[in-house]
Amino acid sequence: MSAVTPDAVHGHDHGHDGHDHDHHMPTGWRRWMTATNHKDIGTLYLFFSFIMFLTGGVLALTIRAELFQPGLQIVRPEFFNQLTTMHGLIMVFGAIMPAFVGFANWMIPLMIGAPDMAFARMNNWSFWLLPPAALLLVSSFFVPGGASAAGWTLYAPLSLQMGMGMDMTIFAVHIMGASSIMGAINIVVTILNMRAPGMTLMKMPMFAWTWLITAYLLIAVMPVLAGAVTMLLTDRHFGTSFFNAAGGGDPVLYQHVFWFFGHPEVYIMILPAFGIVSQIVPAFARKPLFGYASMVYATASIAILSFVVWAHHMFTTGMPAVTQIAFMYMTMLIAVPTGVKVFNWIATMWRGSMTFETPMLFAVGFIFVFTMGGFTGLMLAIAPADIQYQDTYFVVAHFHYVLVAGSLFALFAGTYYWIPKWTGHMYDEKLGKRHFWLSMISFNVTFFPMHFLGLAGMPRRIPDYNPFFTDFNQLATVGAFGFGLSQVFFFYIVLKCIKGGPKAADKPWDGAEGLEWTVPSPAPFHTFEVPPVFEAPAGHGH
Amino acid sequence: MSQTLEKYFVPEPSTYPLMGAVALLLMAAGASFWVNHLEAGPWLVASGFAVLIYMLFGWFRTVARESESGKYGAQVSKSFRFSMMWFIFSEVMFFAAFFGTLFYVRHIGIHDLGSVDGNLFWPAFKAVWPTAGPLGELEMTMAPTITFGKAMLGLALMVGAGAAVTYAHKPLEHGKRSQLQLVLVLVVVLVALFLGAMSLDWLPAINTALLLASAATLTWAHWSIRNGNRAQFNIFLALTIALGVVFLGCQAEEYTHAYHEGLKLTSGIYGSTFFMMTGFHGLHVTIGVIMLTVMLFRSLAGHFSAERHFAFEAAAWYWHFVDYVWLLLFIVVYVL
Ligand code: HEM
Ligand SMILES: [Cu+2]
Repeated sequence: MSAVTPDAVHGHDHGHDGHDHDHHMPTGWRRWMTATNHKDIGTLYLFFSFIMFLTGGVLALTIRAELFQPGLQIVRPEFFNQLTTMHGLIMVFGAIMPAFVGFANWMIPLMIGAPDMAFARMNNWSFWLLPPAALLLVSSFFVPGGASAAGWTLYAPLSLQMGMGMDMTIFAVHIMGASSIMGAINIVVTILNMRAPGMTLMKMPMFAWTWLITAYLLIAVMPVLAGAVTMLLTDRHFGTSFFNAAGGGDPVLYQHVFWFFGHPEVYIMILPAFGIVSQIVPAFARKPLFGYASMVYATASIAILSFVVWAHHMFTTGMPAVTQIAFMYMTMLIAVPTGVKVFNWIATMWRGSMTFETPMLFAVGFIFVFTMGGFTGLMLAIAPADIQYQDTYFVVAHFHYVLVAGSLFALFAGTYYWIPKWTGHMYDEKLGKRHFWLSMISFNVTFFPMHFLGLAGMPRRIPDYNPFFTDFNQLATVGAFGFGLSQVFFFYIVLKCIKGGPKAADKPWDGAEGLEWTVPSPAPFHTFEVPPVFEAPAGHGH
Repeated sequence: MSQTLEKYFVPEPSTYPLMGAVALLLMAAGASFWVNHLEAGPWLVASGFAVLIYMLFGWFRTVARESESGKYGAQVSKSFRFSMMWFIFSEVMFFAAFFGTLFYVRHIGIHDLGSVDGNLFWPAFKAVWPTAGPLGELEMTMAPTITFGKAMLGLALMVGAGAAVTYAHKPLEHGKRSQLQLVLVLVVVLVALFLGAMSLDWLPAINTALLLASAATLTWAHWSIRNGNRAQFNIFLALTIALGVVFLGCQAEEYTHAYHEGLKLTSGIYGSTFFMMTGFHGLHVTIGVIMLTVMLFRSLAGHFSAERHFAFEAAAWYWHFVDYVWLLLFIVVYVL
């Protein structure tokens, strides 16, 4: 499976006549609706995920507005629960995951020297399944009974009780799962089969590595989620008793199946972020990535371990003590490969000639703030302590540190890093830096106080609270609105860069490595129709 | 040097994916309506399904045409191979969720229920498998009526037959005709012995035999196409399809019987796991039968050659996967 096999190098002359038609690309709506070009599909993913990000953001700000004061001001409790549920689902499945797939689409073929994704038509289907799923989720707010209000985890028995909105959510999850599986298969096959001659697995860019492993996780766990929600559906409407003790089932079983998906899922959302940061840090430290091989092994071990830690989300469900201890230690073990990564990024920067353009600011910011999320994760992993933290704002703080300051900041970093290649223009550096500082500060203003709220016992997913918690909640709400506005500002910066700006060089970052910088900026519609010859950069790979 | 490199085939823009997205939207919205007893539901599902069938038909026809006109080079073929393996892996994980569920309810869930004062649920509640849970006694189960020894002997023969049919792919790859025949005959013999041990009037055993036999006929069909013997390929492929269809018939018979005797999807956790697991398997057999039938029609239309027949191989992989799932189901759902 490594490198390119001889039979792929021999000249079969297939595909020529079909190919000539490719060159006049369709225009207008057809270009986007029928796209088979990885760059177009990547752009679609990125715009879609940003729209979903704003949608989820509006829900979040409504939550924060309600929580500005104790008591009920803006929304009713049932609706509040719908808001938290849909915020989580939309951000996870609509914003973060599709955004990373967008990066994979745009960058992986360029980084490995492939002409396109392995299955260009299926690629289109993977994308166009997402808007229907989003439509189902969003429109479920308007059906009788409203949207699902069981939390993004859709725990039984709550999820067995709700109205039609819950069914729409279940089917939306099915569709998004199908989209993810097809997208992941496409990525795995592209990476395994379409690398430029000479690019062995251990010479490929870290971003490709992290996505290869992410795609493997996706293919392994999305079907399990599909199974879980299918059982919800049959329990709801067809009289099965999987999660119903009155028929011999068990609601805790749902949590097991869900988290068997759910924990790998959080790594699905962070491993590609690790990949992006591993591309950016060397470029701006002007040094090759420290410990490339150990990075690969760390990523692989995180992926493997992520299958055996799921019950750390269930320490309060009454599992036997042995089980709790086993899951506690397995969870803590994950901190080791994660630590290897953080260490390697820092070692890469050590004595580098560093500059701090916006991508680097976000990457370094990521390392700081994501690591804090890792530490709170370790606190949560301690089974006896978690009994106190479970279902409090401490958990909310933890996962926003890893998902917002982790995944999202890496997505920003990657956007600034590659946008010259996408648009052919440089973004406005001054504005980019401003976006970074605004995001960084407002993020921490929003989420840092939540640690203390949680430790003091404020429960999550609740529209009202003890007046005792008011100060920190008000701080968080102010921060949240600041964060939201900063992202509108980000949209402005991106649009400005699409419309114009200084012409970007083919390789706008002097320290950057990789095949994506050997093609013109903006990258032409077709690139690497014939594989380039790859020579490993110095210090890469061994 | 770059002139000698193959160009990877990248298809032109296509409307099929969009059609597929619309189809799934109609089906999902329709199903949400349907389960909530809204009138439009069935119609939406039906129209979505129609669009889906139209789309699949058109899409696969396009792929078959591209393949037959030689647009796919060696690298594209390899992509297809990889993708089919990963797709089957995703299916494995889908079934894993249900096998995990069965394990949990049998070995953990039911004991947890038993640890609570049973009277809380139902005076007669006993924490044993099979169970309807606190709903009460099961009126029937799917367990075999033969002795334990015979069942174990049967399982050993079944595993032997499964292993033999797997091993048969080695002589198949290496072109060793008589060795392949020998192994396949061994499979048939083991299947016959298995039936002898398991008793002939137990439908699940007959179903197991049918699927094992179909794996053997399919392997011989594969041999035939590899050696350019299209007539024999068609016959053995048709035979495989027929065995699959008979399997589905037997399963329908079994379900009818179960429902008459009072074992239903709604019979507590035992009925839930039994019907969901065998039902999803049956659905996959149906899909496999459709795949193989398409391959038969393609062969009748002159597609495939001794060297190029990956579409058939992909369908065959899928069929073997469905077989393996059944063997596991047979062990954990029926016998144990
Ligand atoms: C060192 C690494 C990590 C450890 C040890 C860890 C540990 C934990 C534990 C024990 C919980 C359960 C807390 C509770 O419910 O009481 C949790 C929750 C969570 N973690 Fe992490 N975590 C780590 C990294 C991550 C990463 C990288 C992500 C995502 C990118 C993530 C996302 C989440 C989410 C979303 C939840 C909350 C789920 C929910 O209940 O809604 N974690 N984490
Ligand atoms: Cu977890």
